[in-house]
Amino acid sequence: MLLIHCPYCEEERPEMEFRHAGEAHLERPKNIAEISDEAFAAYFFYRDNPKGVVFERWRHLHGCARFFNAARDTVSDKFLTTYKAGQPKPDLVGAANMNIPAKSGKSGK
Amino acid sequence: MSSAGEHRIAGVGRLTPANPVRFTFDGKAYSGLQGDTIASALIASGVHLVGRSFKYHRPRGILSDGPEEPNALVGVRRDAARATPNVRATVQEIYDGLNAVSQNRWPSLSFDVGAVNDIASPLFSAGFYYKTFMWPKVAWEHVYEPFIRNAAGLGQAPTEPDPDHYAAQYAHCDVLVIGGGVAGLSAALAAAESGARVILCDERAAFGGALRFEAEARLDGKPGYDWAQDAAATLAAMDNVRILSRTTAFGYYAQNFVGLAERVTEHLAAPAADAPRERLWQVRAGRVIIAAGAIERHMVFANNDRPGIMLASAARTFLNHHGVAVGRKVGVYTANDSAYAAAIDLKKAGIDIPAIVDVRDNPQGSAIDEARAFGIRVLTGHAVTGTGGKLRVASMIVEPNKGGAAEIIPVDALIMSAGWTPSVHMFSQSRGKVAWDAATERFLPGTYAQDCVSIGACNGTDRLEESVSEAIAAGESAAKATRKRAKKSKVKIAVEGGGDWTGSMLGAGPNGANGKVIKAFVDFQNDVTAKDIRLAVQEGMHSIEHVKRFTTNGMATDQGKLSNLHGLAIAAEALGREIPKVGLTTFRAPYTPTTFGAIVGHARGELFDPARHTPMHESEVAAGAVFEDVGPWKRAWYYPRAGEDMHAAVNRECRTVREVAGMFDATTLGKIEVVGPDAAEFLNLIYTNPFLKLGVGRLRYGIMCREDGFIYDDGVVGRMAEDRFHVTTTTGGAPRVLQHMEDYLQTEFPHMKVWLTSTTEQWAVIAVQGPKAREIIEPFVEGIDLSNEAFPHMSVREGTFCGVPTRLFRMSFTGETGFEINVPADYGRQVWEKVYERGKSMGMCLYGTETMHVLRAEKGYIIVGQDTDGTVTPYDAGLGWAVGKNKTDFVGIRGLKRPDLVADGRRQLVGLKVKDGKTVLEEGAQIVADPNQPVPMKMIGWVSSSYWSENCGRPIALALVEGGFERMGRTLYVPMPDRAIEVEVTGTVFFDEEGGRING
Amino acid sequence: MVEATTLQRTLPLEGRVSSGPRVTIRPAPTAQRVSLRASADAVSAVSKGLGVDLPITPKQSARAGARAVLWLGPDEWLVIEEGERDLLADLGRAKALYSAVDVSHRNTAIVVSGPAAADTLNAGCPQDLSLEAFPVGACSRTVLGKIEIVLYRTAEDVFRVECWRSFSQYAFAFLAEAARAR
Repeated sequence: MLLIHCPYCEEERPEMEFRHAGEAHLERPKNIAEISDEAFAAYFFYRDNPKGVVFERWRHLHGCARFFNAARDTVSDKFLTTYKAGQPKPDLVGAANMNIPAKSGKSGK
Repeated sequence: MSSAGEHRIAGVGRLTPANPVRFTFDGKAYSGLQGDTIASALIASGVHLVGRSFKYHRPRGILSDGPEEPNALVGVRRDAARATPNVRATVQEIYDGLNAVSQNRWPSLSFDVGAVNDIASPLFSAGFYYKTFMWPKVAWEHVYEPFIRNAAGLGQAPTEPDPDHYAAQYAHCDVLVIGGGVAGLSAALAAAESGARVILCDERAAFGGALRFEAEARLDGKPGYDWAQDAAATLAAMDNVRILSRTTAFGYYAQNFVGLAERVTEHLAAPAADAPRERLWQVRAGRVIIAAGAIERHMVFANNDRPGIMLASAARTFLNHHGVAVGRKVGVYTANDSAYAAAIDLKKAGIDIPAIVDVRDNPQGSAIDEARAFGIRVLTGHAVTGTGGKLRVASMIVEPNKGGAAEIIPVDALIMSAGWTPSVHMFSQSRGKVAWDAATERFLPGTYAQDCVSIGACNGTDRLEESVSEAIAAGESAAKATRKRAKKSKVKIAVEGGGDWTGSMLGAGPNGANGKVIKAFVDFQNDVTAKDIRLAVQEGMHSIEHVKRFTTNGMATDQGKLSNLHGLAIAAEALGREIPKVGLTTFRAPYTPTTFGAIVGHARGELFDPARHTPMHESEVAAGAVFEDVGPWKRAWYYPRAGEDMHAAVNRECRTVREVAGMFDATTLGKIEVVGPDAAEFLNLIYTNPFLKLGVGRLRYGIMCREDGFIYDDGVVGRMAEDRFHVTTTTGGAPRVLQHMEDYLQTEFPHMKVWLTSTTEQWAVIAVQGPKAREIIEPFVEGIDLSNEAFPHMSVREGTFCGVPTRLFRMSFTGETGFEINVPADYGRQVWEKVYERGKSMGMCLYGTETMHVLRAEKGYIIVGQDTDGTVTPYDAGLGWAVGKNKTDFVGIRGLKRPDLVADGRRQLVGLKVKDGKTVLEEGAQIVADPNQPVPMKMIGWVSSSYWSENCGRPIALALVEGGFERMGRTLYVPMPDRAIEVEVTGTVFFDEEGGRING
Repeated sequence: MVEATTLQRTLPLEGRVSSGPRVTIRPAPTAQRVSLRASADAVSAVSKGLGVDLPITPKQSARAGARAVLWLGPDEWLVIEEGERDLLADLGRAKALYSAVDVSHRNTAIVVSGPAAADTLNAGCPQDLSLEAFPVGACSRTVLGKIEIVLYRTAEDVFRVECWRSFSQYAFAFLAEAARAR
């Protein structure tokens, strides 16, 4: 069982209190009703599945109930950092052996 | 001799003759002493034969004195429900009345028919199964598999459910010390005295580790074992220490999470009723100190498996701890100095040592000198190349390594040591990488992956003094690393003595393992010989992982604690490569077999999964309800009266609701209070329906989609105030709807001033439905005008009911005039009983979920998850009216415009009328347009809901059918195994199509 | 009109008790409870209305008389009133934007007391319940076995376990079973 640092509770808490909630930094388009089929598919259906560092959402469901974001290495299953929802992607430069996906940093979800 | 065994030596060992214990083995009564294991007590009585090997059924004895034991596995039986197979006789302590039986033999241990496998052994060489059970394919099912299944497995499982209970506990500490030998105790003392929170565990009954047999060691001026008991007592008395004996650290997981299995009552004759049999500890440690010790290896030579042949350290433990001599004439075969100490201890106790056979050409050291001084014949540069005897070793054949005449030396026991293997299991499980130390020929902890440290013998630290100083340093630095204000510990331990364990050999001994039928065992439990491993290499297995699987070396329940290194060395030699190049197989959890009971812990019976009951549950039970599971909820399904089956009860309930009234427990429906100035705005985004203009006191049926446009949930929403809504969800959807709403609120619309609170369980909900509903509830209501004009269908009022606060909903899921009475849950049962009392006198009935389903289907109301399957849009369900046409945004607005969702031929919800007027269709049945087309037929839909409708006098069904709205009035078919049922496509409303009853 | 009746609250664990030498488990008496939600700018006004300063540090609680306020999240508190003062009325005096929802009956509470109280809870709660990590006054939403609870330490060896009503049978049975082994 992993320990996950909750940025709202400000401490590491047991994994059992958390739920994974999918990829992070996907923002719902403000004009969603007007976007193209391709743009909608890119927003709603397509997901990266890289080997290495992923940015993902978690919810401290059985704790403070907040959604937050995490950077986790899918190879080592180690959390590199966690941060509050709405904050931009953190700078992970310096962390060794990271296959950081080439994606633009967006704020939001 | 004493009654505790004729091989017990008076004045030797630490057990007290005043504490005799009686037990049986294979039905025969024996006596031992308090503190004995089954193994030590049997040896005390001269019994060495305790089991048969797995494949060849060879007679086997006791090889070790600990958890690494591969041979001496027995069944321990308390009763039919408490029969444990594969108990290691070297670990299980005896208690009065213990009943042990040998395994893998028939009809008896000394005469076993299966031993024919030994004679036929050339047939059972490595890879035998892979090569033999290949073809013909059909033989697998009828010949090979039954044969293998019959031959496989050791011991007998109990025949009744386990009556014991098992406990579990999470624990946190700064420092977890695994292993309570001299190193572990010293480290724990240093860490604890530095102020750290410490957990110390050891798998044995008593702490001390190798001090059990190391008779010469003295610590702080005390005999080593006595020091260990004092140290354990000191630790146990400290508030910041938890000390666990009989507790195995079996698994090391991420972030210093370690699983411990504590055997609480396995050693007790009469365990207290409340005591758990085992307790699972899930420990989170700041730092782990691994002090797991080392395991002595056996020598690999022909017929090295006869009963009476054992590890030197085991013989020494039996002598120095249990006071038991393993024989009267004990031969010694070694590549290691530590076996000399065993020989000397036995000699001192008056046991004849005919010879020490040392494979080393010119071993030097005090141990060798001392043995010679005791007059023991030491044969250096010699090897044991075979043994004689049948059910017990009777002689050893000794040959010079350089060739020459063999000598047969009579013995009644043979003790051996090929050196010591550091226990890197836990280190390796922590994902640390082991490194090969060429000088000492062993794998040691190399690169660490977690915050842990290895000390003592498992770290390759051989000398006692070094182990102790290494342990104290590790304990102190662990405390410093894990605590802000660690004190400096004042632990100092004076050390004298302690054996020298140098010398080692890996693989087969000289001249001892060659030849066609020679059995020089590497892995005792799986009957793997040196020859098998060479054969595997010859047949092309070049990876140690392949050799392991081809031969099954190390794959038995002991996981190769003795055999892995020997197997590796023999494979490396055969491959002509160095040992580290061949590689080591992975160590995996569990370290020793761990019971399912320990892992399951409390999660049995009513604690397996929570069963949720509504406040009215007991009343429903009293009324004779039959319950169904709806997720974790127990919901009243129907209320049969005397002589009624389900069908009759449901028909009566359906009729009564429409003719008089019925009462239904709707508490389980999810409820969410949505509060804040932006509440209406928020709901407007979450639901497809418009919500901005819903008036206070009004209700609206709402549909919720995901972004893909498919129906996610539905429910009735009431506006309690401008900024307060009472939202209801489906029973099963409650948690995920709240999660869905929170997700949008927290991450997409965080600017909105809205808060969500689950109120599912705040309210007990009693639905009263039917023409007499108003008349039934009227006397209980205060502060609400119940008239149709003041309180029309789809509205909500606050007032009191039976004198307690209520939110009274005028709504209907039956098509009848209906009310849903929400009262605070702690009043639910009393309100329910009061309403029932009055309603009953007026002809009202209780109804359950089945009747609810039928009545709503008669009205064509959908159930999300039954009439939808995650690919149904509001339009498909005929609920397009619920999508706000003028809304510019809501969750699902874009998804609903996707090409596939607006294309022709989508499955749409329709009604089906069965032409024969009597057949109730099967839910899930497929629908076709032409029943005479060839198989496989093109299926155009399926039946989602189907019931007998007593009110309509015919069966009714809902179905999702391709282009269903276009097929009104058309005939379709539901193919069944014996016929195709003819149906007509209809609308979804079967009863009271005008809908007048709802406003009654 | 049927005669007006005053009904008594019936707690789901009415009459249950499990007591042993080292730990006792019993239902807490009835209480008023409010799920309180407010943003940071409303904290002081709401505190004034409530008569208790809302704790703003994770895992902490505040108490005044029979009223306790438990931090559950950055904008969420559970308020428990074990006395007679009307909780919602007091909150109603706060001049600020907040959400107060009556959950008096949604939750029910179990009191676990005795020297083995923390060990008993740790049978199913994965948090560190040592006095260092979870001192008197600490509170947290967390898990117990297979359910969610709110745990609140009211004394060194006394914990209050709040859970939803329908999970209380499980919670009580779990704790009683765990207590057997102490």
